[in-house]
Order: sequence, then structure tokens, then C-alpha cells
Amino acid sequence: MPRVAIIGVGQSEFVRAYPGSVRELAFEGFKDAMRDAGLTTRDIGASVVCSAPEYDKQRSPAGVFAEYLGLNPQPTFYVESLCSSSSMGLRLAYSLVRSGLHEVVAVIGFQKMSEISSAESQERMGRGADIQWESPFGTMMPAYYAMYARAHMAAYGTTLEDLALIRVKAATYGQLNDKAVYRKPVTLANLSNPEDRMAGPVASPLRVGDCCANADGSSCVIVASEEKAKAFCKKPVWILGLGAATTSVNLAGREVFTGLTAAREAARQAFAMAGVGPKEIHVAEVHDCFTIAEMMAYEDLGFAKPGEGKELIRSRATYKEGQIPVNVDGGLLSKGHPIGATGGSQIRTIVLQLREEAGPIQVKHPEIGLVHNIGGVGLYGNVSIFGR
Amino acid sequence: MAEKRESDERFKKFGTVSFTSLTKTNAFIDHLENGKVTGTRCKGCGRVFFPPRADCFQCLAGNMEWFEVTGSGRLVSFSKLEYGPAGFQDDVPYSIALLDYGAYKIFGRIAPDLPDADIAVGMPMKTIVNRLPNGQLNYVFTNP
Repeated sequence: MPRVAIIGVGQSEFVRAYPGSVRELAFEGFKDAMRDAGLTTRDIGASVVCSAPEYDKQRSPAGVFAEYLGLNPQPTFYVESLCSSSSMGLRLAYSLVRSGLHEVVAVIGFQKMSEISSAESQERMGRGADIQWESPFGTMMPAYYAMYARAHMAAYGTTLEDLALIRVKAATYGQLNDKAVYRKPVTLANLSNPEDRMAGPVASPLRVGDCCANADGSSCVIVASEEKAKAFCKKPVWILGLGAATTSVNLAGREVFTGLTAAREAARQAFAMAGVGPKEIHVAEVHDCFTIAEMMAYEDLGFAKPGEGKELIRSRATYKEGQIPVNVDGGLLSKGHPIGATGGSQIRTIVLQLREEAGPIQVKHPEIGLVHNIGGVGLYGNVSIFGR
Repeated sequence: MAEKRESDERFKKFGTVSFTSLTKTNAFIDHLENGKVTGTRCKGCGRVFFPPRADCFQCLAGNMEWFEVTGSGRLVSFSKLEYGPAGFQDDVPYSIALLDYGAYKIFGRIAPDLPDADIAVGMPMKTIVNRLPNGQLNYVFTNP
């Protein structure tokens, strides 16, 4: 069976407010990945553009970007699954290449969130849930995840300090990432001092420091057939396993509140396809839109048993030198979370790790890496496993 | 000249800001007006739905009857918002929550007069109709 590889990765710097248009923003990640792969636009057979709608005015961005990036007359596709859009784009690219329809596909994720106010973007994000039956109560992403945090605390004795430890780890590595929007150190004292901005209430029990920031950014992943990968690339990174799943949009339709069932199902599929288990993962990127999201990811991916995720962060097992390094690029908590670009940025980090080109955050000789990317409040789950 | 068609937009009354106007479950609003919170049950297979829905995916049919939410559920989780999305800033602070009734669950808000110290995961609560200061209707959870 011919394999499918990633032969180029790129991303823009993630910033508070990008001083340009969405097509210009998309160009930044694309340019970075194309230079990385050493390709010209003629080598790209098709593009997949990934974002969540309603943050900017451009309808049907895929066609607009195809022209701006020099990808006419090749076909282009638009994929949306909220915050996991570019992982879903990778899944589409994989199937396009495996089917033989295209040999090289560029997956371009982007989001420009700064054109609207923070309250407006919370309203948009809240409408990534059930607009008929939940949004009229005034929902927003931090509050939904806060409900999972409270349920996790009630069931397992997880503490606010455990969650703060996750933010401290993120900041440890965010300081080393020149693409991250937040590069300052964060200490436990910041989150426990009521006078500190990091400890300010957002949606109980989550504080400012438990939440990632909105950002503008773009990412690009270039996917190729085995034949093209061997022709174009010295260090192809192979796609070993892909999982994708969904669950009820309304929390009323769910059974579990201490983890995300779509993540568990996506992980099961990805591990089965790759023929590996959680103990064989050497480095992982997980969707830490909130500190509790990383805690649940430890357990949903099988890095820890249910309720024991807190032991991983307390023992620093998810630091760079630990048994399972997680989010050593600073995660969404430090990098910022430009919705459609996030999955591609996570994939970029894992590809650089597997090529041993990750600089100061390089984990020692990783052979298998994992990306966990979630859309909405666990509405969409994507888990992807890569090997060198 | 074409006659202007009347559309049934009762659902615009649901919640502080409603994002839906046309739905086949509009009778839910009439029930709220009458002090009742209701879900739907499929007459074909007996499956119970909350939030109510017009269609049963199991029977591929739309043969529903209404039932009233009665008794109490268990508080699964909740969160108090100190910051509101656009359109909800005047309501802050408020708590969203989930109640488990066994056969179904209900997502909503906790009654604003309930002190924070009296709210805990696992406690029994009941669901009652609530009229918001802006005249809109929703439902809230309170002591049984």
C-alpha cells in the first residue's frame, strides 16, 4: 500500500491583529511551507482551504486564495470543522492523494479574528454550539469548557493549581517560540494572586490564565504521494494514522463530562490505523484551548488513566524531558488560537520534531508523534499520528 | 401585488437573544407562556427528546407528542460567566448549567436569586419557566 507523506510545513507568526487582508495572511503560511518543501506552484495539484466562517467578510475564500497563491487553474476545496478545520483538511488531502486523484495537495489554514471585537468573537464561538437551544442562554467557549473543568474536579479531585501548572508549562515553551502571540513567563503565583490579571475570573472555575487568546494566523501543510515525496523530499514525515469523530452538539445529548468522547473515538481510530498505542508516542501536540482541555487530552489519548492526568503535569512528565512531552511549542495557550490555522500549526510542530529540526524545543530522537485537534466544545475530534 | 405571507416566528421569544425564528417546535414557546417546560416523545418508538425536536432519526418520521418536564434532576455541572458574549452583557453575571433527569438532560441557566454558596455538583434541582427583564422567555434551575 503506497504511503502518504508531509513534505512541507509552514505558518505565519500568530499575532493579535494582522495588518493585512486574509489572502495576504494565507500567503505567509503558504510561502513558508513552499520554501520548506522546495516546490513551485506548478507542483501543487490541488489546495484545501480551512477556516471557521464569519470572522471576516470573504465568502468562499478557497477560490480567492487559489488565485492569490498562484494555484490557478488547479481545483480547490473549502473545509470547516471549527477549531479542527485544518486537521480535517489534512484528512481530505490524505484521501485525495491516496485515491490517486492528486499527487501533491496544499492544506492552508487561516483565521483573522481581529476584525471583530472580543465580545463579538465570543458570540460567534458560542454559535459554534447549538444556536437554537443553548446560545439563547448566553453561552461561550470558556463557559462550556469550565463546565467540563468543574465536572472533572468533582469526579477526580483535580485542582485549580493542577490547571495552573499546565499554563506554567505552556509559558515555559511559549517564551522560546518566535511565532507565538504570548511569550511572557507565567508562574503559579500569577494564577493564585487575585490581584493578578492572569487570575481574573472569566467563567468559573476558569480564569484568564486558563484560556488561550484569539489570534490572527495562517498555516500550511503540503501532502504528497510516496512517489512524489521520495522525489521531492529528503526527510518525508509519513501519515501513519488518522481518526475523526463527532458527538452531540448540545451538552444535553452527551453522557461524559470529564472527557471528550469525539477525541477518544478519534484516538481509537488513529491508533488502530497506525498500529501503535499511546505508550509509543514520543511527542504530542494537544488542543489546549483551555488548561482543562489539555488535562482531558492526557486522559482521552491514554497517556494517563481517567482522573490521573493531574499526576502527569505534577510530575512534569509532559515537559520536554519527560516520558511524554506535550505542547513543547507553547500550545494554543502561548501561541494563540487562530481557529482554522491551529491544526496546521500543531502538525508543523510535530513534523519539525520528527525531522529533528525543532531547535531549542527539540525532543530527543522522536520517531512517532501525535496531533490532537478539537473543533467546538468537543463537537469534532481529530487525532493524527505521524512517523519518520 | 403579492399578498404578504404571515410567518410564525414565535421562537424569537426564546432566551435573551434568540438566533432561530422558524422551527417546527414553536409550540415549546406556547408551553413556556403557560408555565410549562416541555420535550417531545416519538409516538413510533417512544424515544424521548430534550431539547424537543420535530423529527425522529430512528423512525425517520415526524410523529411526535409533547411531554412536560416534571420532578427534579441532578446538577451535572455549571459555570458562572463574569463576561458575556455580544447581546448578553446586561445579564452578567449568570450561571449556565446542565441537569440530568435520567431519561434526558436539560441545558439552561441557574435561577439568578440562588446564592453561589448553595450550588454544588450533584444537588437536585427543578426546572421552572422564567421571564427575562427584556420580556423574553427562558427556563431556569432552582431548588426543588
